[in-house]
Amino acid sequence: SSAAMAALRGRALLAPLGARLRAGPRAPLLSSASASAPPLYDVVVSGGGMVGSAMAAVLGHDIHFHDKKIALLEAGPRKDYDHMPDSYSNRVSSISPGSATLLSSCGAWDHVCNLRLKPFRRMQVWDACSEAMIVFEKDDLDDMGYIVENDVIMSALTKQLDAVADRVEVFYRSKAVGYTWPLPSHSCDTSPWVQVELADGRRLQTKLLIGADGHNSVVRKEAEIKNIEHQYDQSAVVATLHLSETTDNNVAWQRFLPTGPIALLPLSDTASSLVWSTSHDHASELLAMDEESFVDSINSAFWSNVNHSDFIDTAGAMLRSAISLLKPSGTAVRQLPPSVAKVDPESRAMFPLGMGHATEYVQHRVALIGDAAHRVHPLAGQGVNLGFGDIACLAHHLSAAAFNGSDLGSLKHLLKFETERQRHNVSLIAATDVLKRLYSTTLAPLVLLRTWGLQATNALPPVKVRISLQLGI
Amino acid sequence: QISLFRFTVKRPFSTSHSSVDSKEMKKFQLLAHKWWDEEGEYAALHSMNDIRVPFIRDTLLSMSSNYHLGNPLSGIKILDVGCGGGLLSEPLGRLGASVTGIDPVEDNIRTADRHKSFDPVLAKRIEYKSSSLEEIVEESMETFDVIVASEVVEHVADLETFIKCCSQVLKPEGSLFITTINKTQLSYVLGIVVAEKIMGIVPEGTHEWEKFVPPEELERLLESNGFSVKTVNGMLYNPLSGSWSWMESTSLNYAVHAVKSGARAQSHATDTPPQTDVQQHSATAATAG
Repeated sequence: SSAAMAALRGRALLAPLGARLRAGPRAPLLSSASASAPPLYDVVVSGGGMVGSAMAAVLGHDIHFHDKKIALLEAGPRKDYDHMPDSYSNRVSSISPGSATLLSSCGAWDHVCNLRLKPFRRMQVWDACSEAMIVFEKDDLDDMGYIVENDVIMSALTKQLDAVADRVEVFYRSKAVGYTWPLPSHSCDTSPWVQVELADGRRLQTKLLIGADGHNSVVRKEAEIKNIEHQYDQSAVVATLHLSETTDNNVAWQRFLPTGPIALLPLSDTASSLVWSTSHDHASELLAMDEESFVDSINSAFWSNVNHSDFIDTAGAMLRSAISLLKPSGTAVRQLPPSVAKVDPESRAMFPLGMGHATEYVQHRVALIGDAAHRVHPLAGQGVNLGFGDIACLAHHLSAAAFNGSDLGSLKHLLKFETERQRHNVSLIAATDVLKRLYSTTLAPLVLLRTWGLQATNALPPVKVRISLQLGI
Repeated sequence: QISLFRFTVKRPFSTSHSSVDSKEMKKFQLLAHKWWDEEGEYAALHSMNDIRVPFIRDTLLSMSSNYHLGNPLSGIKILDVGCGGGLLSEPLGRLGASVTGIDPVEDNIRTADRHKSFDPVLAKRIEYKSSSLEEIVEESMETFDVIVASEVVEHVADLETFIKCCSQVLKPEGSLFITTINKTQLSYVLGIVVAEKIMGIVPEGTHEWEKFVPPEELERLLESNGFSVKTVNGMLYNPLSGSWSWMESTSLNYAVHAVKSGARAQSHATDTPPQTDVQQHSATAATAG
């Protein structure tokens, strides 16, 4: 029987591949390459945010895609990034060196450097309930990462997309409203391509559809890919802050409060960006209060020791002495975070937080990248870096497939992308989720656990190095 | 699924010097609509593209001085003999080559034509003809830069005729790529017993061990018909991963790259080639190796 034959073939790929060739909505019976057939693209990227734009730009600059046709669909209008305002935008990202390398590969990083960015050398992360602290820095005092406004990244990517306009067509104000999936390729009579329908009725066909349309991805939903998701009981408050005094400001600060982590990301010698994850109610309060009270809340969050308990302090001190006996350099010097003087008016905003992970990143002729595939809590500063990591991996496999003359939508290389990225992402997303939950409590045993855990991790170079590598630092 | 099985098989020449075997044709006819099912009967051929396309591509690139990595085979005319449903023609077309695919089984050509028709780039670059190799010789003398005969020579009736025809339609110094199966005890056990009867990697009855070709014999036939054999590489299929890889030993599957000699045909064989020609040939041989 054919089932027995399939089993005997022993190809582990067989079953999941068969399941991925869904019978979704039927593709219309199009006659072959007739004049009325919608234009056919090699790749369509749905979603023109940082990740979608970078995907299109990277493919557009790939030598093996020199003769290919790529389309980028963006629902919003084309923004003018030529005139960057003097004030900083409140949406910033922490860009890892790995992500900087990817942006370099399509020529965008040069534009970012010419606009503005702030390198940081050190990350200090500590607990509000104890003295426990962990410090990340590179031995060679190299940059650990860069704080860049999202608008700056978009400006750089838009320039680089313009540079390859002969290969990459960007469709602004073009929301995709429907997708029609092809039948498995051995059925010869219907179109083998993905059909994309835009809001204005225009249609496109593509050999590969890349979904970069965010955590509420339409591509993912239409492809019927299950998504594990969870809304956190937290919102993030962002704002642009001005410091009390000019400093080198090359340290990224994060303190875990019982209500959630508060982070200060350097923008310049005098300004920093705030990302404060806290309960929805507290977030609304922070937005509503006057600017002075807001600044006081921030300073208090970073400096106050009200959450300390004697028990934890003593226990923490014990472990610290033990470590310093065994490993004299195992406790880092605690630096003090800067104090905040004022907040940029109009720069306060909040957005809800959640976590999500798609059970599959790929299907026949479909791939998900960025938040469409995975959504994390900002506490690890990893969100957009995971997306850039997805791009680097997918572009690598697509480039090789193009140079082999393969069908770009073939599951064979798409599955390789999925395996590599899931392996990398799942552990990081899970760890971030665990950290978020672990730090959301004042219960003594858990505080002690994380205190000791943090101190021990800080003292153990191999663990710290592994964490740094995982974070792309 | 409607499959039109019109048995209008082209009758091969009644003389015995045809390379097409009618029994073989019947075998492939039954599976004409299965070519493009990547997990179906032709799965192993689909995954063979992962090594045979880079092999052809890189060999041709190493022999050329003027190419663009975005369109590496642009300007090259390739004949795909025994193209079947077009599994190898399409990747070569995507890499920029102008491909002519021929196959004696009409249903195969129909499948191939239909499959390429949805991609306007491939539809232009690839042309399929239902034909045997001999039938196109007259109109295609020294027309092609490259001939690929992949998984074909183990099905032909007369290998020497086949090679002679290849030589006739190939330009001087053109390349011939062959992949096929060796005739060894191992290839009987693994290639027939295991692959066909036990694991069903290949449909039963696809291959006849008697017609497998040892590389020594293939090399002999090539060299005595105006070809210079440049490369012989063993290939190995892993049924668990479904993937192919290169290996030293040619006891199972193997690939050959041969180059047609640059001298014009038999009429010049008795002339002493001028000194410059000899040096030129050595130079070509060195770079083509």
